[in-house]
Amino acid sequence: MTPPISTPSINWLAISPEIALAAAGVVMVMLRSVLRRRPITMPLCVVVAISGVVAAGAVEYRLWQVVDHHRAISTVAGMVRVDLFGIFLGVVVLGATLMTLLLSVAYLRREGLDAPEYLALVLLSAAGMLAMTTANDLIVVFLALEVLSIPLYVLAAFDRRRLSSQEAGIKYFVLGAFSSAIFLYGVALTYGATGTTSLTGIASFLAHNTLLDQGTLLAGIAFLLVGLGFKVAAVPFHMWTPDVYQGAPTPITAFMSAATKAAGFAALLRVFGVAFPLYRADWRPAVFALAVLSLVVGSVAAVVQTDVKRMLAYSSIAHAGYILIGFQTATSRGREAALLYLFVYSFMTVGAFAVLTVATRRGDDRHSLDDYRGLALERPIVGGLLIFFVLAQAGIPFTGGFIAKLEVFSAAAQAHQYVLLVIGVLAAVVTAYFYLRIAYTVLTPGEETSSAKPLETPRRVDVWSGLVLVACAALVLVVGVVPGVFVHWARDATFLL
Amino acid sequence: MTEFYRQYLSVAVLIGAAALMFGAMLGAGRLLRPNRPQPEKFITYEAGSDPVGGWGQSNVRYYVYALLFVMFDVEAVFIFPWAVNLKSLGVYGLIEMAVFIIVLTLGLVYAWRKGVLRWA
Amino acid sequence: MIAAFTITPSFYLILAAILFSIGAVGLLVRRNVIVMFMCVELMLNAVNLTFVSFAKALNDVGGQVLVFFTLVVAAAEVAVGLGIIVAIFRRRRDATADDLRTLEG
Repeated sequence: MTPPISTPSINWLAISPEIALAAAGVVMVMLRSVLRRRPITMPLCVVVAISGVVAAGAVEYRLWQVVDHHRAISTVAGMVRVDLFGIFLGVVVLGATLMTLLLSVAYLRREGLDAPEYLALVLLSAAGMLAMTTANDLIVVFLALEVLSIPLYVLAAFDRRRLSSQEAGIKYFVLGAFSSAIFLYGVALTYGATGTTSLTGIASFLAHNTLLDQGTLLAGIAFLLVGLGFKVAAVPFHMWTPDVYQGAPTPITAFMSAATKAAGFAALLRVFGVAFPLYRADWRPAVFALAVLSLVVGSVAAVVQTDVKRMLAYSSIAHAGYILIGFQTATSRGREAALLYLFVYSFMTVGAFAVLTVATRRGDDRHSLDDYRGLALERPIVGGLLIFFVLAQAGIPFTGGFIAKLEVFSAAAQAHQYVLLVIGVLAAVVTAYFYLRIAYTVLTPGEETSSAKPLETPRRVDVWSGLVLVACAALVLVVGVVPGVFVHWARDATFLL
Repeated sequence: MTEFYRQYLSVAVLIGAAALMFGAMLGAGRLLRPNRPQPEKFITYEAGSDPVGGWGQSNVRYYVYALLFVMFDVEAVFIFPWAVNLKSLGVYGLIEMAVFIIVLTLGLVYAWRKGVLRWA
Repeated sequence: MIAAFTITPSFYLILAAILFSIGAVGLLVRRNVIVMFMCVELMLNAVNLTFVSFAKALNDVGGQVLVFFTLVVAAAEVAVGLGIIVAIFRRRRDATADDLRTLEG
């Protein structure tokens, strides 16, 4: 008697990366339930986690081929849109996830935190991030935001012995929930103004209708920008970043700084690029302000820090400023620069935090600059890699960091954003100062009087962490030496519609 | 003015009277009482019982039950609309909901194996 | 004179905006983590009210469906947030944001 409700057709291939990660997460939780704490549980879970990520990566590769030859796949009633843009950032997210998992294996054993839940949470968070990269509906963006954030709250607080970790968790939670609520209010106002939450739907509504009262929509756009600004840690919505980056377990800090930022910018670029291109004139000044503030605060505040993790947190805020420059131009050139920057930045930051993970001793709480004094002399390879990663972040030529900054600056110049260009260059000079300070500290011998000998315990870097270090360094170097192919990929991934 | 709005008028009058009465009482109190701020006045129970160290009648052990209840309770939000449209959604809907409930059940299995359902 | 007085959707929207502001301000000024937590819930429910009012005004059922998702997400947040708070509570016996000072610098 009732007519069948037409269920949306689903392209399973398009959403299988998320399914692979989520399924791997569920399988791990089940292994944990069934096997409990047998010695086999943890290695088995590591295998499941890594195969989940690899499977998702394989699907992304297949999707890249499909989308490259045909056109973007729009599925689940247009709520998910798999295009090269989403796949590019999805690959960045998966890369960062894989690195985090490899880095965590030895870390968890050293810290005595072996728990399959940790790996499951990383994968579930990564599933949210992947959903974020292909979301074509504000509600999907919101759900993805929550799916990626909620596991991260737990992961930040995962180190039960360290109070700083739990503080990081609660701070991240309170401010994360606050930003989600703000974002959701933005969704509600946008929905009220346009009658839809679909990004393409909003764009076509705005193209065909003139709003009598723009207040609701503009407020909605502002709330969306603030909510996503929190996630990408743009100033003035960055307050949580230093505390959380410092307190969270170091592999999780790497994960947050790389993957969360990629996912956050995926949402920012897509929401504003697809739904509100007509309101460019309204959001560009706001993004301009965010970019300038992020560059200034990120670079200046980093100079006065004494804790390396906090320094890198502020530097990640400055990096967000550079990516925002690319976003602010609202051109495809700017998007290309932002994408390339995200790609390079992810591996630079994961590499730097990977060094911190392997260089510190058990406890993961000694990260002051003094603790790293003389690292390069005692352990030349690890210290040398740290120097390499901070110099790459500073933008030394022949590293990916240089190419990324160059791309952002040339995009800004092309869009006639000379103010941003100048501030960006000045910020690069200021940040270079503290990157060089880290490099200098690592190279100077520690005083014999100092009782702090933080670098005793793990003298040898385990094979998986070593792999992460080598892979990150190689990628950053390769982008620096032969940028052409990466620039080409980023350019392919630029087109949103 | 219809009868409907006349009823609301009385509500408005009542709200106004209530606001006035409260304002007058609190305002008079504010004018009359002496004002001597002390740090002790800002603790939860001025009478002296220390609020730190207990959650009143409740026990922290209850919270896992409460949270599990909240989770499963809220997931029912998705099951109700599905149940109403069960026929028109067909087999496809049945499978989807089965997957949903299985995943939820796995969560319960996890909680059970973790031992949170046992009263320690 | 009161004849023109009708309850329009904007009343609900304004109420929701006020609730949202109360939640936001409360979160920023209160120091007790559990109260901050309640403020987040207030904000989310204000958004729910906004969604429902817009759905009614636009005559679109989509907005009401969104509320389901918000509710579920809010519940998940509650679970995780309270879990973290209880974990801290077991160590600290209090839950004020002011006491969380290990990480300032």
